Amino acid sequence: MQEGGIIIDKLTKEFEDVTAVDGLSLEVDKGELFGLLGPNGAGKTTTINVLCGLLEPTSGSVRVAGYDVQKHGNLVRQLIGVSTQETAVYPHLTGKENIELFGNLHAMPKEKLKRNVDELLREMSLLDDSGRRVGKYSGGMMRRINLAIALVHDPEIAFLDEPTVGMDPQSRRAVWGFIRRLKKLGKTVILTTQYMEEAEELCERVAIIDHGKLIALGAPRELKDKFNAKNLEEVFIQLTGRRIRE
Amino acid sequence: MLFIVILFPIITTLLFGVSFGAIGGEQATSYKIGTVEAESSGPFPQWSQHFIGNLSDTEILEIQMYPTNESAQSDLIQGGIQAVVILPENFGQSCNSFWNAPTNPSLWINTTVQLYLDSGSMFATQAIPPIIQQVLAKTIYGVQPTSLSGPIEIGSPSMVHASKLTVFDYWVPGLFAFFAIFLIMTVAQSFTFEREKGLIRRINTTPTSPTEFMTSKAISNVLIALIQVALVFVTTFVVGYRPIVDAASFIFAFIILSIFSLCCVGFGLIAATVAKSSGAATGIAFIFIMPQMFLGTYVSLGMSDIVQAAGKFVPSYYVTDALTSLFLRGAPILSATILLDALAVLIYSVAVLALGIVLFGKYGKA
Repeated sequence: MQEGGIIIDKLTKEFEDVTAVDGLSLEVDKGELFGLLGPNGAGKTTTINVLCGLLEPTSGSVRVAGYDVQKHGNLVRQLIGVSTQETAVYPHLTGKENIELFGNLHAMPKEKLKRNVDELLREMSLLDDSGRRVGKYSGGMMRRINLAIALVHDPEIAFLDEPTVGMDPQSRRAVWGFIRRLKKLGKTVILTTQYMEEAEELCERVAIIDHGKLIALGAPRELKDKFNAKNLEEVFIQLTGRRIRE
Repeated sequence: MLFIVILFPIITTLLFGVSFGAIGGEQATSYKIGTVEAESSGPFPQWSQHFIGNLSDTEILEIQMYPTNESAQSDLIQGGIQAVVILPENFGQSCNSFWNAPTNPSLWINTTVQLYLDSGSMFATQAIPPIIQQVLAKTIYGVQPTSLSGPIEIGSPSMVHASKLTVFDYWVPGLFAFFAIFLIMTVAQSFTFEREKGLIRRINTTPTSPTEFMTSKAISNVLIALIQVALVFVTTFVVGYRPIVDAASFIFAFIILSIFSLCCVGFGLIAATVAKSSGAATGIAFIFIMPQMFLGTYVSLGMSDIVQAAGKFVPSYYVTDALTSLFLRGAPILSATILLDALAVLIYSVAVLALGIVLFGKYGKA
């Protein structure tokens, strides 16, 4: 495991009446584009929240870029960017102001912040709308701003929690292109998704999760070959007896 | 919505009733007045003793004797007493001269009883002078006359100033706290909104620490409070309010309101901890707003003694009291009353803010 990767070791997270993550163990290499695929309630977002330090594990450990998240949370937060599943933006601020705000929360130098903001707005096709309040944006535009906020500070590691949910196919493909560029820049990306085509298109390796447990791990091609399936949906059906999105 | 539709009318009506009449409303109002006898060793001391005894007999006046005018004035400008009566050196002689020749004014020894009033109390300036007038007449004549014609008149230097004050002038010191307490609602709504939208969770994934986040919120609300104070000063000036104060008094007003705004941030955090939504936050914030509004701002003017005593449990009371002493009574900034008021506001603010931060940090962020 290279320094800069992610190690999840027997992670368990229990809430009052449910075990959201159950003994999950996996490793993500530095610079890898890794997918967490599973249905709603599988434990994907809980895993991301533990990796960000938002939740404490019930047991097990997680290390991000060599740092234990529980012991060195401050250092981890300097390295990561998180695109949350819910669109967490200030509706009364413009798109540009939202990105700048979070760039300032990362104490970015002014010049670099300006450069990154302009570049992200261009890549997300939001330059013309950057002066409008986010509250007036469409759902797809808000998701793109949500993603831009996660990446404004040029993090080494990006956690993208269902980044394309609610987007039209065209926007989704544009975001896929952006995520592939992150990979080319050497970023480590963990992407959670319920869309098996998204996992197949983007991810080098995929962990399929159901009811908090890891049920399959490998490159999409390998998994399809192993289970003699046309796509990852069929792999999931063979493993669980049901569809990912029912 | 439930709060606005059902609880708000009930609570408001109850508070109005309790504050303006129902509890303690039947109690007779009493005023504390200080007396100073310049004539401590004159030939006819029984007259001043008789006069002071008659003042006590009114039951509406509580008499406190002072050795000097300075000590009495000190208590007056700090709001400890509502009036000072100064009996001149020749008071007894004057009374005696009238008693000896009631129908011959040329034999009277004329004199003046000085009356200083609490310019911070609209009710004291209206109620006390006629009472003193009646007691003086009773002292000299022995009965209640229909008019006073005698050697003694009541001089009221402070009446000149107090008689020029309008009802609005008495309200202004309470206005500052009145507007500041609504910060509780904006803070509660703001934090609850950010929690609902996932913004607090998002901010927690950045290097910005919770301390920095809370500090930024506190600073921004202090700035809002300062702007409000400036706006109130300007607006009251435009409508004719002219307190006789210096620059230091204005600066003090800004300082005490800044400190008080931190208290409001604390209450807002407590409300945000409990509230499940930004709508609920509005209703819960009013639980902290309304007692302070009724007991500690201009709304509390004219309330019963019991309610005024209850006001001492809310921090806005001390802000209003300090500004009343400063702007209406002309008390110096370093007087005991104002310093104690400032200290009370500081203690409340530190305690409530700390409690709000701890509670929100533990239970409110999820």
